[in-house]
Amino acid sequence: MSGGVDSSVVAGLLQRQGQRIVGLTMQLWNQRRLPELAPEGGVTGRCCSLDDVYDARHVAQHLGIPYYVVNFESGFEEQVVKPFIDDYLSGRTPIPCTLCNNFIKFDQFLDLASGVGASRIATGHYARIGFDNATGRYQMSRGADHSKDQTYFLFGLKQEQLARTDFPLGAYTKPQVRELARELGLPVAAKPDSQEICFVPNGDYAAFIDAYFRERGIAPEKTHGEIRDTEGRVLGEHDGTHHFTVGQRRGLRIAAREPLYVIATEPASQRVIVGHSEDLLRATLTARDMNWVSIAPICAPIRAQVKIRNKHAAADATVWPIGDNAARIEVRFDEPQRAVTPGQAAVLYNGDLVLGGGWIE
Amino acid sequence: MRRFYFDHNATTPVSQSVLEVLVAALLEVPGNASSIHQDGQLAKQHLEAARRQVATLLGCEPKELVFTSGGTEADNLAIFGSVLESARPHKHVVTTAIEHPAVLNPCRELERSGIAVTYVRPGPDGVVDPENIRRAMRPETVLVSVMHANNETGTLQPIAEIASIAHQGGALMHSDGVQAAGKVAVDLEALGVDLYSISGHKFYAPKGIGALYVKGGTKLRPIQFGGKHERERRPGTENVPSAVAMGKAAAMAHSTLSIEPARLEALRDRLESGILARVPDTGVNGRGNGRTPNTTSIYFDGLEGEALVISLDLKGFAVSSGSACSSGAVEPSHVLLAMDLAPERARASLRFSLGQSNNEEQVDALIEAVASSVGQLRKLSPTYTSV
Repeated sequence: MSGGVDSSVVAGLLQRQGQRIVGLTMQLWNQRRLPELAPEGGVTGRCCSLDDVYDARHVAQHLGIPYYVVNFESGFEEQVVKPFIDDYLSGRTPIPCTLCNNFIKFDQFLDLASGVGASRIATGHYARIGFDNATGRYQMSRGADHSKDQTYFLFGLKQEQLARTDFPLGAYTKPQVRELARELGLPVAAKPDSQEICFVPNGDYAAFIDAYFRERGIAPEKTHGEIRDTEGRVLGEHDGTHHFTVGQRRGLRIAAREPLYVIATEPASQRVIVGHSEDLLRATLTARDMNWVSIAPICAPIRAQVKIRNKHAAADATVWPIGDNAARIEVRFDEPQRAVTPGQAAVLYNGDLVLGGGWIE
Repeated sequence: MRRFYFDHNATTPVSQSVLEVLVAALLEVPGNASSIHQDGQLAKQHLEAARRQVATLLGCEPKELVFTSGGTEADNLAIFGSVLESARPHKHVVTTAIEHPAVLNPCRELERSGIAVTYVRPGPDGVVDPENIRRAMRPETVLVSVMHANNETGTLQPIAEIASIAHQGGALMHSDGVQAAGKVAVDLEALGVDLYSISGHKFYAPKGIGALYVKGGTKLRPIQFGGKHERERRPGTENVPSAVAMGKAAAMAHSTLSIEPARLEALRDRLESGILARVPDTGVNGRGNGRTPNTTSIYFDGLEGEALVISLDLKGFAVSSGSACSSGAVEPSHVLLAMDLAPERARASLRFSLGQSNNEEQVDALIEAVASSVGQLRKLSPTYTSV
């Protein structure tokens, strides 16, 4: 229970079904850390804020269920925050929500829930889980509300995790969920949605990384360097490759006749490469650490729709397996796609069905 | 579901006889104890009777007791009131790393204002060696503050010895007695302290009332400013009903000191030996040279204490682990870490604290529940492998 509408409605729905439930909130990040990021001496970011915990507890009290806040701060730092920073410093654009799902929520948290006697966990994700008798696999598909679909962040779930997880909101649209919240009399029914990466205030991840290094007493490596075009001409300078992501237009501080976009970041040489819109187009990509969700690992090429970032409209492609158990894949798009970004995920769909996903190399 | 309460160091329920005097005072003693009329006089009479009852429990003079809003205020008054009163140009305070936040954080606040503080660590048994206090003393040391009994392990500290060291060095001696008063016999004269804090709700009085013992002749500056209540040491209209309730609770504790601690100790030992016998890879933290009879801190290797608390709670048993941070999540105990327990072991520790409501049947049920919950959690633990 995050204190938001979605997980609160999940608790209300399950209770209405007569399930015996326990509310848990994950304490992931200490809001008192990195005070320099806080507006006017307040706390940094929204994640695990006292206000959200207050709301979650209020909902639990309203429903009359046991409720606990559980400390996952050290796991979150090791397995989400540090890899998030490493990715940026290595020229990748990470998805911390997926790391959190893979290593905290559906791993340590699921184990804690089992440990205290819960047979299943339920979360407020917009996604659906089914079981296919023919293949004996749990399958995941997009939530009914495609605008809220969160399967892009859930591609890492393994069969044994899916077997113990419920997504009760998968069948609903967000407006329906808000309506349910009112119907259930939940005190958070009118609370606004959250959007940002939970532990990064105002979405300013570069400021977060800088502040994190200062807190740890790590001298931020000199990450400033040159901005070059695709022909190697130096166009300007920048304050660190971690301020840039592929496809980015803002913050380059270069006057040019046509809009310039980041084509790549090269941490080794501290270079940011810029180019024109058409330079961002790629017809192929490879992805590693594939997790096959609704189907077994492929051994021959398949047709799929492939999504390369959360807001991307999945594009038709042919997907080729590479290596044993299709641990890697090559994706060949029918039409070149804009801003294929290392560190983001390539998630494969067949209609609403999530076939699997991996990390773009 | 029946619920069994094993967290009496967090707080105790108000006992029936305390409740009766509390309600009676609320209904029948409505006056302001500082008023000169007869309504005020009646209130004052009840307030002073309560003060005498508390003084009897602690072995001090009634006039040496200042009623406060609880243990935290008593600790703050003792620390700021004595340190700020001292006219010395350079000041230094000695305390320990295992104090309650109500002592640690006032000390941190002193540090922010430029006053040096030394935090003496205990040994692995949880006991602070008086010689380490002596070594920490400086010519400018104005206050030594060492808790009487630790809230998490129950370990008793050698207060009398430490007090004499403090006095030899020309410092005042404060002891946070919140976890000792009512649980063990307290004789303030024998302890030789100058300041001693207690809290009513730790011995069956309501929340929101406590007291600070200020030995006759000790100079103390008030830390709040207002009327001339409590001999100008603590302003604010006296909380007569709560003081009366704490007086009654003190009298009850005093009258049962010859029986109840021994009963609790037998129950605690039954619990401790039962758990150690039934559950492998466990041990007691901070056995020291004596503990409050109701408390035990036990580690369960290979699991998170937080998960065990939740598991037991869902089975109807209230126990505790570490200290709650502002959100309610658990942080590893600073007490156990200061005793040099490995961080994983500190996180894997639970505190059981017994009280009036507990009996053998409950203790046996708790042992069963602990054994089954620990087994369940260890099955899923990535770090636990049974030997």
